[in-house]
Amino acid sequence: MLAHMPSAANGPVIEFRNVSFAASGAAVLTGLNLQVERGETLILLGRSGSGKTTTLKLVNRLLTPSAGEVFVNGVSNAIGDVIRLRRRIGYVIQDAGLFPHFTVERNIGLVPKIEGWPEEKTRGRVRELLQIVGLGEEMAPRYPHQLSGGQRQRVGVARALAADPEILLMDEPFGALDPLTRDELQREFLGLQRSLQKTVVFVTHDLREALRLGSRIALIESGRLVTALAPADFVRSEDFRVSAYVRAFGDALPPAKDRGMS
Amino acid sequence: MNVFQFMLQNSSQVAGLTLEHLWLVGVSTLFAMLIGIPLGIVIAHRPRLNKPVLASANIIQTIPSLALFGFLLPVPWIGERADRLAILALTLYALLPLIRNTYTGIRGVDPAVLEAGRGMGLTDRQLLFQVELPLALSVILSGVRVAVVISVGLATIAAAIGAGGLGEFIFRGLAMVDSSVILAGAIPAALLALLADLGVGWVERSLRPR
Repeated sequence: MLAHMPSAANGPVIEFRNVSFAASGAAVLTGLNLQVERGETLILLGRSGSGKTTTLKLVNRLLTPSAGEVFVNGVSNAIGDVIRLRRRIGYVIQDAGLFPHFTVERNIGLVPKIEGWPEEKTRGRVRELLQIVGLGEEMAPRYPHQLSGGQRQRVGVARALAADPEILLMDEPFGALDPLTRDELQREFLGLQRSLQKTVVFVTHDLREALRLGSRIALIESGRLVTALAPADFVRSEDFRVSAYVRAFGDALPPAKDRGMS
Repeated sequence: MNVFQFMLQNSSQVAGLTLEHLWLVGVSTLFAMLIGIPLGIVIAHRPRLNKPVLASANIIQTIPSLALFGFLLPVPWIGERADRLAILALTLYALLPLIRNTYTGIRGVDPAVLEAGRGMGLTDRQLLFQVELPLALSVILSGVRVAVVISVGLATIAAAIGAGGLGEFIFRGLAMVDSSVILAGAIPAALLALLADLGVGWVERSLRPR
């Protein structure tokens, strides 16, 4: 095995090399090879149980591969301190997973605080983030149960961005929202991504969401990567598994000329 | 002579025995918390241990209290003094509600919250002290409440082995067939249980996250 040097800025930010994952004997993910480039939004698309969330959790080592390796910035993520690794990677999940006993401000400021930022700097960062995700400063002292679903998810995104990580992992972040709120958050996500240029891995089963947000879409089926294509190529793909997925969404898709744009 | 006249005439003794009673309950509850809460934390994180630990605490709970005092009599150092023995027995009885509630409270924390915390890079320790324990606190404190109330009642039996406390009046009254003497022990004990319940309940409410 060659030693992997931290990559130059042009290498893939995340790379799966022959990664498999099995839980209690059953294969969840098999032989995954995939690269995520700097600044792109890679969508992991697939039905429930296909292994897309597993793939995501392998990046921040919430799960450890049973075979193969995951590289983050050219270094295997099995090397080194897992806590450090996770603090460099933002993580957003469905329903946000906010700490119910913390105010919005403490939720967002938790990682900076345990990283030992001075209090004033943390407070400034929280204000800045609230603005970035489109929440007013008056939200800071509220508790999660006093917020709407959309507001909670915004706080979840702000929290993930707190320590300015290079990578953002998002596991169906907008899955539990009503269609209008989802649309709004998707739009804001695009704006955010344009200005922040994070490397994002985004899990969803919603093809519309994938086409709208992704710079590439990786279709995963029964633990195997089918293909990873740009949205425009994805909808035109001849692969029967891709076309089956696209057909399943059928009329619900926006007209062809809008696909893969935004 | 009715119970209130009796209590008035023996007020210093009532006060002394009440203090003794409080001491037995207080010290044993403290010990039980020091053992039971960490044990509850451990079994919440190691599912394999939860059955044996909870079963043991359950079994202790089923031993009749007088018998337990008897069993502990031959234990060196402990058996030498009645109050040590009483404290040990009361501690053992208070373990179950503390272990079980700590376990239940921690297991009840939303897995999504834990996963988010872990994904953000909290260490196990930070997760425990910043997330799990604060969120489990009200369940743990209601365990403390149950433990205290049980202890106040059980501590009256400690008088049978000469450990003092309000049980003295109860046993004396039984021997004298004098209900006002029995009540002179029983009423303060009941009040004590009530006050302890209210007290821990108050702590619980003032610490509860909104």
